[in-house]
Amino acid sequence: MRIIAILLTYVFINNFILVKFLGLCPFIGVSKNSESAVGMGLAVTFVTGTASVVCWCIYHGLLEPFGLQYLQTIAFILVIAALVQLVEMVLKKMSPSLYKALGIFLPLITTNCAVLGIAIINIDESYNLIESFAAGIAAGIGFTMAIILMSNIREQLELKPVRKSFKGVPIAFISAGIMALAFMAFDNSLLTNLHLA
Amino acid sequence: MAILYAFLIIAGIGALLGLGLAIADKKLAIEKDEKLVALEQIMPGANCGGCGFAGCADYAAAVASGKAEPGLCSPGGKDLAEKMGKIMGIEVTVGEKKVAYIFCKGSCEKTKKDYDYKGLTDCNAASILFKGDNGCKSGCLHLGSCMAVCDSNAIFRKEDGTLEVDRTKCIGCGKCTKVCPNGVIKLIEDRTQFVVACNSHDKGADVRKVCEVGCIGCKICQVKFPEAGFKVEDNLAVSSPVAPEDQAALAMEACPRKVITRR
Repeated sequence: MRIIAILLTYVFINNFILVKFLGLCPFIGVSKNSESAVGMGLAVTFVTGTASVVCWCIYHGLLEPFGLQYLQTIAFILVIAALVQLVEMVLKKMSPSLYKALGIFLPLITTNCAVLGIAIINIDESYNLIESFAAGIAAGIGFTMAIILMSNIREQLELKPVRKSFKGVPIAFISAGIMALAFMAFDNSLLTNLHLA
Repeated sequence: MAILYAFLIIAGIGALLGLGLAIADKKLAIEKDEKLVALEQIMPGANCGGCGFAGCADYAAAVASGKAEPGLCSPGGKDLAEKMGKIMGIEVTVGEKKVAYIFCKGSCEKTKKDYDYKGLTDCNAASILFKGDNGCKSGCLHLGSCMAVCDSNAIFRKEDGTLEVDRTKCIGCGKCTKVCPNGVIKLIEDRTQFVVACNSHDKGADVRKVCEVGCIGCKICQVKFPEAGFKVEDNLAVSSPVAPEDQAALAMEACPRKVITRR
């Protein structure tokens, strides 16, 4: 039950992009077409999922026993950077076209606050290993959902007569703001109504 | 003690991750096209963009995939084109080496000014105001936008304030020809010995009024020395790269405005 609650929390109620405003750089940068948006979403999901597990293990296995909790930020960033490098290598090998489409935003996942954010939230909420993994995956799914929605909106906007001063990123920001407003409809009452909280 | 643990743990994590990445790098290595690797190695690395691609690597990739011809690289010139042709296994024909030349000899003393320009040191900015301060609207503005854009520092300022291209340094990328608002700089074949250093198509009388060293289109070079290869088109003489030297030298002597120049 707790797992489902966590999934719902990070996909809808605390959606990383539209509610917590984390990871906005790739959200605007890679949402121009849906194909690269899906790729970016999957890459971020993979990194948040694995980073949650590895960071949880490092925190509870290494840092806590030695009383080194203050090192969590640097240790987590180390892990995330290595994971992103790995994703980059795999993508380069498996799908060069996606690698090219993601461009600079792929290495930028390293400094994506969404990834570090979920690792730190896992510790703050004192989740166990499985809950951390669920939270990581859910955060990634939430990110993927938001970026896919956004890319579809932007593909539509390309065809619409938008004023010159609003064309491109400005209208994208406005759309993102309206989407964020819509997501305010999801709050903890969702969990209470589903008898999950 | 705590500081030691901190050091050991972070260093340990770093070393482990580094090792993992090193192994992954070996396992996931991509075989690059041999031709591409060979091409990338012989590129001059000037990244000047003269070939029309975003840089040397981009051009090498285009050649390797057959999308572009070898021989577009002007810094590399003939040698490089032949090497690239060998790698790709195709015959290459290369044009003559080209360098930039500034077709204007006008200086403060020799050319009249319409007004005193006091603004940004940029030819395109000056050009907005009545096409520059020169009386001649086709001449060099001497503000050095071409110097600024030149990556090989081939354009220098002479003592009289005029600009000139060092033909040994110029790689022929053509950036200066694009930045010049008056189109005074053109690419010419490097073997050209005699040039008519003027860019004005105005009528002779008008040129005479504003500049001491402008071509007035008198046709002396064309009519008196027919073998020297000069040709007057639209009030401006143009030289030929293959003109016989002695004849052209005579024409240079005979030019009333002394606008024909030996490079």
